[in-house]
Amino acid sequence: MATAATVPEKTNYLNADYGIKSWLLTTDHKRIALLYLASITAFFFLGGFFAMLIRLELLTPAGDLLQADTYNKVFSMHGIIMVFFFLIPSVPAVLGNFLVPMMVGAKDLAFPRINLLSWYIYILGGCITLYAMITGGVDTGWTFYTPFSTTFSNTNVVLAAVGVFINGFSSIFTGLNFIVTIHRMRAPGLTWNRLPLFLWSNYAAAVIMVLGTPVVAITLLLVAFERLFHFGIFNAQLGGDPLLFQHLFWFYSHPAVYIMILPGMGVISEVICCFSRKRVFGYDFVALASIGIAVLGFLVWAHHMFVAGISLYAALVFSILTMFVAIPSAIKVFNWTATMYKGSIRLDTPMLYAIGFIGLFTIGGLTGVFLAALGIDVHVTDTYFIVAHFHYVMVGGMVMAYMCGLHFWWPKISGKMYPEFWSKISALLVFIGFNLTFFPQFIVGYLGMPRRYHAYPPEYQVLNVLSTAGASVLAVGYLLPMIYFAWSLKYGPDAGNNPWRAAGLEWQTSSPPPTFNFDETPVVTTEAYNYDEIDNQPQEAEVV
Amino acid sequence: MDQQHETATMGMWLFLVTEIMFFGGMFCAYLVYRYNYFTAWDVGSQHMEIKWGAINTVVLICSSLTMVLAVHAAKLGNKKMIVFFLFLTILLGAAFLGIKAVEYTNHWNAGEVPGLNWHPSELGNADPRHVAIFFSLYFCMTGMHALHMVIGIGLLTWLLIRAQKGDFTSEYNSPVEMTGLYWHFVDVVWIYLFPLLYLVSHHHHS
Amino acid sequence: MNQDAHKQRPLTIHDKDGLRPNMWQNLPLFPERASTIAGHVDALFLFLVAITIFFTLLVAALIVVFAIRYRKDRQPQAQQIHGSMALEITWTVIPLAITMVIFVWGAAIYFMESRPPKDAMEIYAVGKQWMWKFQHVEGPREINTLHVPIDRDVRLIMTSQDVIHDVFVPAFRVKADVLPGRYTSIWFRATKPGRYHLFCAEYCGTQHSGMIGEVVVMDQAEYAAWTQSGADGSLASTGEKYFQHYGCATCHRADMAGRGPNLVGVFGKPQLLEDGRTVSADETYVRESILNPGAKIVGGYKNIMPTFEGQIDEDGLIALVQYVKALGNGTANVPVPVANPDAAPYPVAPKPEPQMAKPDNNTPTQQTAPAAPTKKQGPTAPSGK
Repeated sequence: MATAATVPEKTNYLNADYGIKSWLLTTDHKRIALLYLASITAFFFLGGFFAMLIRLELLTPAGDLLQADTYNKVFSMHGIIMVFFFLIPSVPAVLGNFLVPMMVGAKDLAFPRINLLSWYIYILGGCITLYAMITGGVDTGWTFYTPFSTTFSNTNVVLAAVGVFINGFSSIFTGLNFIVTIHRMRAPGLTWNRLPLFLWSNYAAAVIMVLGTPVVAITLLLVAFERLFHFGIFNAQLGGDPLLFQHLFWFYSHPAVYIMILPGMGVISEVICCFSRKRVFGYDFVALASIGIAVLGFLVWAHHMFVAGISLYAALVFSILTMFVAIPSAIKVFNWTATMYKGSIRLDTPMLYAIGFIGLFTIGGLTGVFLAALGIDVHVTDTYFIVAHFHYVMVGGMVMAYMCGLHFWWPKISGKMYPEFWSKISALLVFIGFNLTFFPQFIVGYLGMPRRYHAYPPEYQVLNVLSTAGASVLAVGYLLPMIYFAWSLKYGPDAGNNPWRAAGLEWQTSSPPPTFNFDETPVVTTEAYNYDEIDNQPQEAEVV
Repeated sequence: MDQQHETATMGMWLFLVTEIMFFGGMFCAYLVYRYNYFTAWDVGSQHMEIKWGAINTVVLICSSLTMVLAVHAAKLGNKKMIVFFLFLTILLGAAFLGIKAVEYTNHWNAGEVPGLNWHPSELGNADPRHVAIFFSLYFCMTGMHALHMVIGIGLLTWLLIRAQKGDFTSEYNSPVEMTGLYWHFVDVVWIYLFPLLYLVSHHHHS
Repeated sequence: MNQDAHKQRPLTIHDKDGLRPNMWQNLPLFPERASTIAGHVDALFLFLVAITIFFTLLVAALIVVFAIRYRKDRQPQAQQIHGSMALEITWTVIPLAITMVIFVWGAAIYFMESRPPKDAMEIYAVGKQWMWKFQHVEGPREINTLHVPIDRDVRLIMTSQDVIHDVFVPAFRVKADVLPGRYTSIWFRATKPGRYHLFCAEYCGTQHSGMIGEVVVMDQAEYAAWTQSGADGSLASTGEKYFQHYGCATCHRADMAGRGPNLVGVFGKPQLLEDGRTVSADETYVRESILNPGAKIVGGYKNIMPTFEGQIDEDGLIALVQYVKALGNGTANVPVPVANPDAAPYPVAPKPEPQMAKPDNNTPTQQTAPAAPTKKQGPTAPSGK
């Protein structure tokens, strides 16, 4: 459809109102999603900047770029920003906020004002944490282990802890909103077993957000109190127990990784189905696997503590439970692969990211099984093997899923299409750059290079250089989308309602959608991913 | 409106679940240390003033009663009664906080505030560091609880103002009920805190 | 501090001819295997790598084949398949079975790593920001370097003076956190002479990456000679001096007349406590009993021992633990506790201590530890001779 200047643009959520107040005081879930998109992107690049400093330092064995204290602050801040201000909100706060109401056929989330509040809380937490970073930084690692964080560190621990604490409420309110929306606001005919898997995944992640985040909140608060008032709850010299901190911290922080990955898995389900033109293979299993991951994810936290001083029997219990939690993820991977069987595959950019995800998540997840094996974990924990493992699942998995989702729903969000050539180039650069960055880290980790090391023995240099080289490629791969997404807003062709001919209620409305999403409440009569019906229908006329 | 009410109720219950997890972290720390440092817990608990704790428990339970009556009045749309019972609830909540202030002052004067003013007496056989942990948890747990009370009183005040303006009718009274849920929750937390902190020991000083 | 540790001690792996390989020569994928457990760990690792390669290639191959075989041009219409219970069960049960194998295998290795052989020789380690102190029971102390004999079981008993650290020897495949306020341990049996990296593997502050050292594996005769080269007496004899200095001997006498339990033959045996529990008198128990005596009182004794919290540092505690261990083993050359009025005070930094009652005959005062302010009864005047 040509963008003729004479055709008046239909009112949509983007042009319904203008001015900064209409954005900062909006309760429209779609606008809030864009507010999050802007802030999360900013934090991603800040965290990426810290990553760049880390990789530059590690080009040489000596600690010659940064001072030791500075380096320690850099990796701590990289972790805090990436985990709390990028990964945890990313898919839920951007794509979830945008899509959850539309996918259930509702006008908005259950609590629109709380949704806006959760963005402001995110910003407040982010500002406090940034302030902590600017006025001296924090060097405890994102894990805040005691007694170093409570008693020995000389940095802005309390400020950083407070910033993260506040940010936690953003997560809690988002999760709460999703759970109530999915329970209470589904369109007529949208039963649980007709829900798109994106909703199942976000629902499962929301349950974790609600149950887990408060625990890290109180834990960080106790760390702050201990630092301020010299309590001894986590300090052995005062009769406390540093392991208690670790248990409380990981009780949230392990499920947190499932908060990060589950929504990403939801994106993959949607994209694989759309670009294979098929319903997902084993819908019930994929849906229940999400719930299974959420539940089992709460039972495995002490696998971060196998060498920390827990008892042998505790270690055995957590090891076997960790093996169990791997299974639902494996089920999903096989189901996605089987979905492609006898599909009609299109390798558009979202699909490239999706299959990249499947490959990289498989590697990352399987290396998790390495870590669940007690005898192996003893050797590789606290080394670069761990760093490689979690970057495979978080970056090779989660960030790719986020990019996948952005590329898939960008036409819906903005009404525009991005240039396919450049998006494919970016996807390739990301895939290559990612593997070059992180695969050598498995090797150097098994060789014994510990993590959080500012300087290292010279024999580890080659692998570190490879890793840094990969990081430069990866950086380009991430910068390009910034450019072409921005470009597409002004110069991209109009996308139309449903450029992918995808299933899902969100595609039944215009791109960009009107403020209240649907002109009439939709009624759902089919299961999700009814691609046979969609593909056998004549191409629908575009809604002007 | 009904769907909104159900939605709001579900949202509030979910929020209360997060609060359970929040306090749960501290209860977990409490349980671990009580098991390991039982003597210190016994001694520390003896330093609590059961009198004030018991009075506060009665005060809070009464405030839950007045809260329930306020909710009931709201469902009937009875403006005068809503205002009256909300006011009583606020009063009782303030009384609770006042008594806690008295207790905290007494603890301070007795040198029972770890880190800031720690020179307790009569610790018997217990390791003073362990008793300090008891008191640290006491202040954290009751402090967090008191903070929730303050927030609750703030919410109740806001409700009072709205009730006075006539905002609540028999059709629309959801905020009162939701705040009631929150208030009851804060009460229940205290019902757990009181025996866990005050009643550990079988024998108490006068 | 070890700021330039990495520059000064470039520990590279030497090949058979003792030459340093250049950067590209043999890019190793494994650290050297220098302990008995290393082979076991590497075997499981290789199995896991094989599984990973297999499943990754399987999934990747399937995806690539499907993407090509069923691409839009060749397969314009997708075939809708709901699922297959048989497949779901298969790809649930098989991964579960494989993970259970991995679990058992990994657990078996972990069991081996957790159970040091009974006659393992022991070395104490104290980590502090940002260095390692190793204390051999024969007496020598080392900083950052740990000499061990080859082909002998060695158990490290470790604690931290400040934050959490971690001892990691990649060539041995062993690692354990080192905690303040507690003892943790690892054990290994070195199989190859050489020098191997020792890293701190728990982030501990500024010089975390400088808190490195090396383990030097020597043949047994060399090691025996090396341990005799130190000037200090054995660790246990150092401990005995502490035992006298701090007045432990006044109560913990060998002649059953003391107010405290006789410690001869106690170490390693179960102790029946007055509250009915039974605990094993291991290093942790001894350390705790010195710092927090009221925590576990042996049945039949009163809670009158004062605490030495803040008065004895980790090095002193280790010496005392070793002495009690020696009493337990009946190791020769260790005096049994008799309160020795002629004992010269051990040369440690003196703390001002209130004088307890002096013996009448003007012998050098026996200093007893001051009663901790919480105790209702303090130690009474020593009745020893």
